[in-house]
Amino acid sequence: MPVDPMLSEYSDLLFKGALTVYVLAMVFHAVEYVSSRTRGAVPEKVAHEPAAVGARGTGSADLGVVGEENADVPPPPVSARKAGRSRADRFGRMGVSLTILAVLLHLGSIVLRGLATERWPLGNMYEFTSAICLAAMVAWLVVLQRTAKRTRGLRKLGVFVLAPVLILMFLAGTVLYAQAAPVVPALRSYWLVVHVTTVTLASGLFVVPGVASILYLMKRSGKPAGFTAKLPEADVLDRLAYRVTVVAFPMYTFAVIAGAIWAEAAWGRFWGWDPKETVAFVAWVIYAAYLHARATAGWRHVGAAWINILGLAAIIFNLFFINMVVAGLHSYAGLG
Amino acid sequence: MSSPPTAPPAPPEAPPQPPRRPGGGRAVLALLRNAWRGLTSMRTALVLLFLLALASLPGALLPQRSLNQQLVDQYFTDHPRLAPLLDGVGAFEIFATPWFAAIYLLLMISLVGCLTPRSLEYLRAMRQKPVATPRNLARMPHHAEGVVDGAPDEVLERVRGLVKGWRRAEREEAGGRSVSAERGFLRETGNLVFHVSLVGLLVGIAVGKLFGYEGQVIVLANGSQFCNTSILGYDSFRPGLRVDGTELDPFCIRVDSFAAEYLPNGQPEQYTAELGYQTAEDVRAGDTATWRADTLSVNHPLRLDGERVYLLNHGYAPRFTVTWPDGQQRTGEIQWQPVDTTTYLSQGATKFERPGIADDATRQRSSIAITGLFAPTSSGGQVVTSTFPDLLAPEAAIDVMRGDLGLDDGRGQSIFSVDQSKVDSGELVRVARENMVPGQEITLDDGTKVRFDDVTQWVALQVSHDPGQLTVLVFAILVLLGLGLSLSVKRRRFWVRVVPAGEDPDGRARSRVELGGLARTDRAGYGEEFDRLRAELLGPAAGTTAGTTGAPAPATSRQDGGD
Ligand code: HEM
Repeated sequence: MPVDPMLSEYSDLLFKGALTVYVLAMVFHAVEYVSSRTRGAVPEKVAHEPAAVGARGTGSADLGVVGEENADVPPPPVSARKAGRSRADRFGRMGVSLTILAVLLHLGSIVLRGLATERWPLGNMYEFTSAICLAAMVAWLVVLQRTAKRTRGLRKLGVFVLAPVLILMFLAGTVLYAQAAPVVPALRSYWLVVHVTTVTLASGLFVVPGVASILYLMKRSGKPAGFTAKLPEADVLDRLAYRVTVVAFPMYTFAVIAGAIWAEAAWGRFWGWDPKETVAFVAWVIYAAYLHARATAGWRHVGAAWINILGLAAIIFNLFFINMVVAGLHSYAGLG
Repeated sequence: MSSPPTAPPAPPEAPPQPPRRPGGGRAVLALLRNAWRGLTSMRTALVLLFLLALASLPGALLPQRSLNQQLVDQYFTDHPRLAPLLDGVGAFEIFATPWFAAIYLLLMISLVGCLTPRSLEYLRAMRQKPVATPRNLARMPHHAEGVVDGAPDEVLERVRGLVKGWRRAEREEAGGRSVSAERGFLRETGNLVFHVSLVGLLVGIAVGKLFGYEGQVIVLANGSQFCNTSILGYDSFRPGLRVDGTELDPFCIRVDSFAAEYLPNGQPEQYTAELGYQTAEDVRAGDTATWRADTLSVNHPLRLDGERVYLLNHGYAPRFTVTWPDGQQRTGEIQWQPVDTTTYLSQGATKFERPGIADDATRQRSSIAITGLFAPTSSGGQVVTSTFPDLLAPEAAIDVMRGDLGLDDGRGQSIFSVDQSKVDSGELVRVARENMVPGQEITLDDGTKVRFDDVTQWVALQVSHDPGQLTVLVFAILVLLGLGLSLSVKRRRFWVRVVPAGEDPDGRARSRVELGGLARTDRAGYGEEFDRLRAELLGPAAGTTAGTTGAPAPATSRQDGGD
């Protein structure tokens, strides 16, 4: 299986292009964030309040049970919005457009990698990391698209989603970079493709709730005031974290099961407490704890948010530390 | 978010009550009851989940015996003080320690204790009618009202059509009727299936740990056979707790050939081994003449009825023939061990006892061992190393040792090396050092000839037996389905109250319709459904927007739970 050098070169070019455009998008979102109004002054938000309060105060048998829905409030009347577009809005829109462009370039880079090597382009750390970033960005765009009608004000969070993604991509393009090459026999299996693809998707998705939870905690603490004042309501952040987590968690569960099925075929046992498997288990348990915490008095909010962040930490730890430092069966990550 | 419809929140959260004084028996009972309550509370479950995660972590950070004994030994050398302490708490075999087991067993007990009442509650709720329509629908998070054409009965008929498939109840009320409908019970089902399947999963794993085994054996890929008749046939064997090795399925494997494909840079592309096999039934039925064919490759084990056979590794076995001066001849062929996993430079020791000599002492003195390095693709030159894993230019750099190999000492010795103590004591001496290619022959000082005949490949096979595996798979799938259900299904309620509202100017009856909606899960998205229902009943523009009519509410807030 030869590697097509030209395709792989184009793939690298697209990767760099995507990285550049992401940086631009982040700058635009940063401007959007800085020039956005502080929360409370934005008229559209006001419409949310009664709904949220109403949900809490139903006085029904559900009182005190977590999470009655209070998100789906229809958009505020158009008249409530300001006529004309503010600077924040203009920059925000451009930020999103740039993000979409970058995502397309990024996707192209991954597809070309696959074509160049004639295999599924998830065979080493560079490729995983790149794909996780893509998954995170796509998840983010989907969130934006799906909440556009209801929860406005999320868009300016783009800068916070882009920041960790850019760091990851930068690492991928430098430290982790690996020449396009075929993979070892153990890595050739359909289950492996299913496994790494879903684990990558899920990991990418988990970035969004992780970021949302961090922002949530900052918002709750109210410090630094100037910064947090511009953040959306804590509730909105909390819900964002939850809604993405409940998509990512079953996907991650599936990925772990697919990995076990593959391990059974490749290594003779479906589970062997290999370091990678162990940390995957730990991360899974942490996210299970997150979902539990949301149904446990005293843990619903701040506690749950911390747990969610811990979950993302475990995912990232598994990706980097375990692959690069701890030797295990999984450590053919294409480094060194 | 998902307490049973009528009951207070299901997960018992009540802090244990202080035990009451009177009477020994009572006190004990109360204590037990409180302990049980504590154990089955959501908070305990959370703590136990944390403990589980925390306890597993060292399993990834510290070397584990089950994975790599050498690394553990290394750790002992590097941390002579710390290591014994860690070992004392089982840190090098975390997943086999009693305290790790205690955590997950407690979790399982807690789970059963927590989920049983919840399921009963849920069953009861399933049989009950949906809760009555609240007096004040305006306090619901979703609310709308309006006056529509048609008598209450007609409107109700439309309502029934709209909430078809919902669980619903109609009630006569002062001045009108109301419909309460609810939907999304599958969420509870999913939650239950998920948790119960976790227990099933654990049971499946336990069965595997008790009754399964794993054995490894190296077989030459030249038509050699391996039969699963006893533990002794294996090079290493890891039995389950209830496995004594007496009841193995007696299948047989014959390895006919092995082939590896490599990329130009030496990276392996594919390994395959051609096999013949006889299943345990074949053997039991006495049918030992026919062999079924199969190809083993990485990711494609041979799946027999109860066992799976894996191709784990491969390597080389150089074949030497020794001809003693008296014409006695012996051919030896045993696996050498790859020392470099990329070039398959291998080392080993092929040992020959001199045949045809009755006198023990003489026989021992003239045994021969051939040790050294083998390169499948030799670099050439004086110092042989390997440059490629495939068998392109094989060469062996050997020492021929003669003397007492110590094979009769009754001590086991490595098959990959000679007994160093015999070398040190001078009982085993080197009599030749040579680089040889297949076909080459050397003659020792006493006239003994050593010929490097050829190279055979060997394969390392693993036989795995895990009777719990299918159970685990089934429950894993159920876990996933349950999870998907419980996280995607929304539990929600919908109420409609219809009262007559006089007549329109043309004398047709009109009704006043009030709607209320409540979603009982964390996920947003009910709003759209509610809006649709509202539009169907009240017309697109009618009614009040949900949310904006919320009555001033008691000042409960989400903020207070967190700290
Ligand atoms: C083996 C360890 C456990 C794991 C991995 C686990 C995992 C989960 C997960 C992922 C969820 C969210 C899915 C859903 O909402 O249905 C959940 C929910 C739930 N778990 Fe567990 N769980 C475990 C043990 C327990 C125990 C011991 C209890 C009882 C004390 C319990 C009670 C519940 C309840 C009541 C819910 C529903 C919460 C809600 O209403 O949203 N679980 N669990």
